[in-house]
Amino acid sequence: MNNRIVYADNAATTRITEPVLQAMMPYLTENYGNASSLYSLGVKSALALDKARKQVSSALNAEPFEIIFTGCGSESDNWLKVFAKTLAKRGKTHLITTCVEHHALLHSMARLEKEGFTVTYLPVNKDGFISVEDFKNAITEKTGLVSIMFANNEIGTIQPIPEIGAICREKGIWFHTDAVQAVGHVPVDVKAMNIDMLSLSAHKFHGPKGVGVFYCRKGIPMDNLIDGGGQERGKRAGTENVAGIVGMGAAIEIAVAHMDEHAKKVTALRNRLIDGLLAAVPKSHLNGSRENRLPGNANISFVGVEGESLLLRLDQAGIMASSGSACASASLDPSHVLMALGMRHEEAHGSVRLTLSEENTEEDVDYIIQTLPGIVASLRAMSPLWESMMNKNQD
Amino acid sequence: MIYSAKVMEHFANPRNVGELADANGIGEVGNAKCGDIMKIYLKIENDTIVDVRFKTFGCGAAIATSSMATELIKGKPLSEALKLTNKAVVEALDGLPPVKIHCSVLSEQAIKAAIADYYTRLGIDPTPFVGKLDSEEEHEHGCACDCDE
Repeated sequence: MNNRIVYADNAATTRITEPVLQAMMPYLTENYGNASSLYSLGVKSALALDKARKQVSSALNAEPFEIIFTGCGSESDNWLKVFAKTLAKRGKTHLITTCVEHHALLHSMARLEKEGFTVTYLPVNKDGFISVEDFKNAITEKTGLVSIMFANNEIGTIQPIPEIGAICREKGIWFHTDAVQAVGHVPVDVKAMNIDMLSLSAHKFHGPKGVGVFYCRKGIPMDNLIDGGGQERGKRAGTENVAGIVGMGAAIEIAVAHMDEHAKKVTALRNRLIDGLLAAVPKSHLNGSRENRLPGNANISFVGVEGESLLLRLDQAGIMASSGSACASASLDPSHVLMALGMRHEEAHGSVRLTLSEENTEEDVDYIIQTLPGIVASLRAMSPLWESMMNKNQD
Repeated sequence: MIYSAKVMEHFANPRNVGELADANGIGEVGNAKCGDIMKIYLKIENDTIVDVRFKTFGCGAAIATSSMATELIKGKPLSEALKLTNKAVVEALDGLPPVKIHCSVLSEQAIKAAIADYYTRLGIDPTPFVGKLDSEEEHEHGCACDCDE
């Protein structure tokens, strides 16, 4: 029995690395002071928050006071709702987003629609990219806010963020990007890219779970999300998750410092994985584009098999991955992202997402390439869908 | 979402997988949109299921319920096989997560479809034995995914 364990679901979450854990430990143990307290134990926590805020802001090329610590990436996306009142007051009742956003964003948009906003959901092409022309055409005099994800969580597609940012800035439209999958992996510069608001989450770049950031550019009027004390300039009250925030600061600093080196390594691993699997498994294809793709993301459809059973078999072989199959999600809907690419249900059901990090090795990738094709073959051998597809091919 | 040990055991080592060359009752239910299809092959002698095989495209629960259902009807008279409910299959597997209960309906329907096929081949109207078979729409009603296209 092979005992190899390959974690290939780094888009779901990542491991906290040793330096990040070490940075956090004092704030989980002896430095337990409340950052709002005046005595030295509290001041230590306050200073730690300051440091983390600087680490995050410098990673994004933002100012420290533009960083609001949140509880997760989903919370950060939900922050957009606090701008509803201001937008409505200004008559800016039209919003633009894409149909491949994370549910945190899509469901926030749906709520804004209920409150009277009109939302344009931009389509994507078969590789997962929006068209900048479509985007320009969607803008009206009433457009007040645009939210377009930086990089897609399922297929890794990186949208033309600088172009969209430039257009929004020129027209005075606020531009938010859900950069949860991008930060720490590809360069993100809020100034150069004209990004007004941004969501990120620490556990996607080897930081801890339960902590994220909502960046909001200076000068944009912002309501409070949580009323209470003065934390986060009063915008988000509540005693700070000091250890988590410290871990996020350490993780983002490390990720940005090693970004080029990690991206190069992970991209090579990912290409080895994609090429190896496409060569080894007949009737398989890559979802999303080869170009402008997150370094670690491979999303492949194996027609004739169902994603959840493939994941379970992979797990039995020590490989952890995820799927856009309906059955692998609690909602029982196939992935809205894969369906937006124009895929047929049977292709979406048979998709597997393998997401690598710099902690993976060539041996990991080769183990996946050796293991997965046999699993696909055995599931296809018992699949009536595969049988009928093969019979059709013979006709 | 957590599967019971029994579900995982049947998923990892499904019983009665494959086809039967001398099957005299074959039923296929489900569709690719819903993400699950089950095809069942029965060999029936003297109103008894003497052998059974299945092929399933679907999730862990779909494969495990297919496997368990075939075990529960093998060697049984048709009258008994027709009484097999999805609930009995779920109980035999020590339960399924709530979102997966609909997967178990597939095997109950596939068995009925295969027995109906058996009667039809003999020139006998299956309705008095099997009842009215679920149409595609009714299957979709039992399928919890969005198959409205």
